[in-house]
Amino acid sequence: MLLFYLFALVAVVASLLVVAQRNPVYSVLLLIASFGALSGLYVLLDAPFVAVTQIIVYAGAIMVLFLFVVMLLNAPHEDTEEDIERLRTLTGSSARLTAGPMVFGAVLAAAFAVELLWALSRGPLSISPGSEAGASVAQIGRVLFTEYKFAFEVTSILILVAMLGAVVLAQRERGPSTRRAGDE
Amino acid sequence: MAQIGLLFFVFFMLLNSAAVMVYVERKVAALLQQRVGPYLVGPQGMLQPLADIVKLIFKEELRPVAADKWLFYLAPIISATAAFSAFAVVPFGAETTFFGLLDRPVKLQVADVNVAVLVIFAIASMSVYGIVLAGWSSNSKYSLLGGLRSSAQMISYELSYGLSLASVLVLGNSLSVTDIVNGQSGTWLGFIPRWYIFLQPLGFLIYLTAAVAETNRAPFDFPEAEQELVAGYHTEYSSMSFALFFLAEYINMVTVSAVATDLFLGGWHGPLLPASWGWIWFLVKVGALLFFYVWMRWTLPRYRYDQLMAFGWKVLLPLAVVNLLVTSAGVLYFGL
Repeated sequence: MLLFYLFALVAVVASLLVVAQRNPVYSVLLLIASFGALSGLYVLLDAPFVAVTQIIVYAGAIMVLFLFVVMLLNAPHEDTEEDIERLRTLTGSSARLTAGPMVFGAVLAAAFAVELLWALSRGPLSISPGSEAGASVAQIGRVLFTEYKFAFEVTSILILVAMLGAVVLAQRERGPSTRRAGDE
Repeated sequence: MAQIGLLFFVFFMLLNSAAVMVYVERKVAALLQQRVGPYLVGPQGMLQPLADIVKLIFKEELRPVAADKWLFYLAPIISATAAFSAFAVVPFGAETTFFGLLDRPVKLQVADVNVAVLVIFAIASMSVYGIVLAGWSSNSKYSLLGGLRSSAQMISYELSYGLSLASVLVLGNSLSVTDIVNGQSGTWLGFIPRWYIFLQPLGFLIYLTAAVAETNRAPFDFPEAEQELVAGYHTEYSSMSFALFFLAEYINMVTVSAVATDLFLGGWHGPLLPASWGWIWFLVKVGALLFFYVWMRWTLPRYRYDQLMAFGWKVLLPLAVVNLLVTSAGVLYFGL
């Protein structure tokens, strides 16, 4: 139980700090910490396979790409005093410009809070009868490829489409000089 | 209690193995280059690693002014932690009392996790962060390029690494390393040991290649391509934070060799010795693989970076996929 609170605390605090951080690299790292804590919670739930997969897929693969993008695009740049000052004058002079996003943010936050309250009011989630399935890799595999095979296939096609989209976007960036000339 | 003792034992032995590997590396390099190598400190220069450590401890700890203070110190810690923790799930022998030294037989594995192979894989994927963050936080162009290169390399080869492991998992029909090792006991026709390397020769080669790239060793040592990048991601590091990276590299070598031994070379199974002495076989096999590593480093020249990436994605990965498919089909139809 102590471990649960520890992991839960780390996950919540890290997630909050992800948003609060000014430096995107720190945000990425805190998100990894949050994923690590979640994986700890999975271990406590007797689902080591899910826990390890969480680390491999999210903390290991996806976040490395995040970090890459942040490092390559944003370079080591933190908000300087100057930037903050400029932001302040900007928001002061044209308050109407930022009003839209702020309202949107507030609505989103309110919706999220309502959802959270609703979820909490329902009490602990009842897990479906075959809850031991979480423990065994073989059972997860069987369920995934029988009961959820449609969802599985659709997901794979979705990923394929995303991949194709990425290729197309990357090709377009190269410009007409190389690609188009070859086509025509 | 025994488990905690074993934990400290493994920790201590890993530290020692890094020191031994430093000595072996220098001696073998000297041998291959017809030099003598270290010979002044201790008999045959055996205490040279100790002298190196003392030197490293007394060096000044430098940090570039523009570096990100927290991440700069965190990065080597991540590297070393990942290196040490991966070995926790690697079994290195059957139950043994060490020639009666212990009153009760001890299972030679710190943590027997039933998804051990995946844990090893997960920790390997975490060790990338040490290198990326070291490269980024130093705020130096050489470090950043070295960090980016080596992490791109590790990500690319991780796929082949994982797939070569997966084909062994299919053969062993388990995710537990202990089960896989036990599946390799006995012999075929009375003299060929039932090691998975004979069923998975391609898988073994893929694993070895990917493991060299994962550990950033020559001929894939791009982070340390000194002609281009000074010292890559650890250019700005000195003293003990540099030592942590150094330590991590050698311990990672030991770990991937130990995993290769467990998954492909029959682990602690071998002729002549009784099962409780199996760890001796394990040490012999790991030692042979480590020697191979060092041998390769001082024999092969470094690849070019784009060649490395092209090789990883266009040759190694398709081979690994085909290998996994063939293995699965073989297991399904012949029930190997």
